Amino acid sequence: MTNAAPSSPRPIIDAHGLWKRFGNLAVLKGVDLRVAERELVFIIGPSGSGKSTLLRCLNRLEEPDDGSIHVDGIELLSPKTDINAARRRIGMVFQSFNLYPHMTARQNVMLALRKVLGKDKAEAGEIAARALTRVGLAERMEHYPAQLSGGQQQRVAIARAIALEPRVMLFDEPTSALDPELVGGVLNVMRELRQDGMTMVVVSHEMAFARAAADRVVFMADGEKLEEGPPAQIFGAPQHERTRAFIRQIDRH
Amino acid sequence: MGGFESFLFSFFNPKVMATYLPMIAQGFGLTIVLALLIVVSGLISGLALAVLRSFGLRVLNWGIIFVVDLFRALPPLVIIVLLFFGLPAAGISISGFAATWLSLSLVLMAFAEEIFWAGITAVPKGQWEAARSTGLTFLQTLRMVVLPQALRITIPPLTNRTIAITKGTALGSVVGVAEILGAAQSGMAFSGNPSPLTLGAIAYLILFIPVVAFGRWVETRFAWKR
Repeated sequence: MTNAAPSSPRPIIDAHGLWKRFGNLAVLKGVDLRVAERELVFIIGPSGSGKSTLLRCLNRLEEPDDGSIHVDGIELLSPKTDINAARRRIGMVFQSFNLYPHMTARQNVMLALRKVLGKDKAEAGEIAARALTRVGLAERMEHYPAQLSGGQQQRVAIARAIALEPRVMLFDEPTSALDPELVGGVLNVMRELRQDGMTMVVVSHEMAFARAAADRVVFMADGEKLEEGPPAQIFGAPQHERTRAFIRQIDRH
Repeated sequence: MGGFESFLFSFFNPKVMATYLPMIAQGFGLTIVLALLIVVSGLISGLALAVLRSFGLRVLNWGIIFVVDLFRALPPLVIIVLLFFGLPAAGISISGFAATWLSLSLVLMAFAEEIFWAGITAVPKGQWEAARSTGLTFLQTLRMVVLPQALRITIPPLTNRTIAITKGTALGSVVGVAEILGAAQSGMAFSGNPSPLTLGAIAYLILFIPVVAFGRWVETRFAWKR
């Protein structure tokens, strides 16, 4: 990918003019985001810039006040859309993992396979085992979340999402709650997903990962998309003063 | 007769106890039936109200909160007396047993709803979001992700409250229900000796100590691995 807004093929995520207000505060002010198939887009920006809200709009965990979102051809905001059917094509990974504490790792992965996709127990169990093996947790399948490290929990959460074979994956600060030594394992799984051609939108502060793996970096501030481009451009020669200031701040750490 | 002998004669009179044991045993059976009915109807309706409340429909929730606060505020005996002596005036006659069952069920429903509701709201929002993001519906999420966690948190307070309210079956004696206390009072009246009351107290211990132990067992059984 050479530049922003890929022209062809048709973007798998096409969000246009998104507005979101919480009371008097406008968190998103007419944001557009297009993501091509197999693309890895990083969204960066200072806290309160609206990047998480934007991500959460993309599977309608947050309801935008205005705008349109198409994901894999489905009009997400249309009242006629079955949002539960749409969401099985959109995997999401959260900062706080959000594993179900009363279920083993395997049961966590199996739940939606059984109840949403209607697989029987044996098939769901097999798919779950494969997904957990893929994230390197074949040995931990029968463990409960509280018996797993943060990094392992996050990988179970990734397995839970990819087991449904989503068309896109959304990551909301997937490594922010992890101890530094556990970050690598999660990033490795994300890197492998990327190599397998998964379309990914990532909100994160892992700048080294963004530099190495992202096709495109979007910089947001105050509810607006200020700048976007390949990582080399955003990190090397940012156009906007706010972007420059943000990159300087990050690099100091 | 010395003081101690007089005490034994009054409270542990073997002859009186033998005579009224069958009566107390009948009361024991009636108390169990009444308590079970109250526990089942009170907990189920309390859970149903908490689930309804989770839909977040404002007007419905005002109604639920009003009903719940009403039955938490009223003393159970007042409700029993009101139903038993008040309803006939409105042309509906109700047995003492039914009045006691209905009153205590409503009280348990109200407290159970508050406990279940507290349990549901104590489950982090992220659990809802994770489940919904995989395509589970609101009800599936509630049933398979949120309620199992909420119920585990609620078991200790719920057990305590359930025991406290089922002990209220003794209030049925006021409206002529021959449960343990009612039977013991009759026995005392017939014999002129309080020993049947001792039998009644023993009967309550036999009934509720296992319930307390069961509550403790349920707590450990439902704790998930850490």
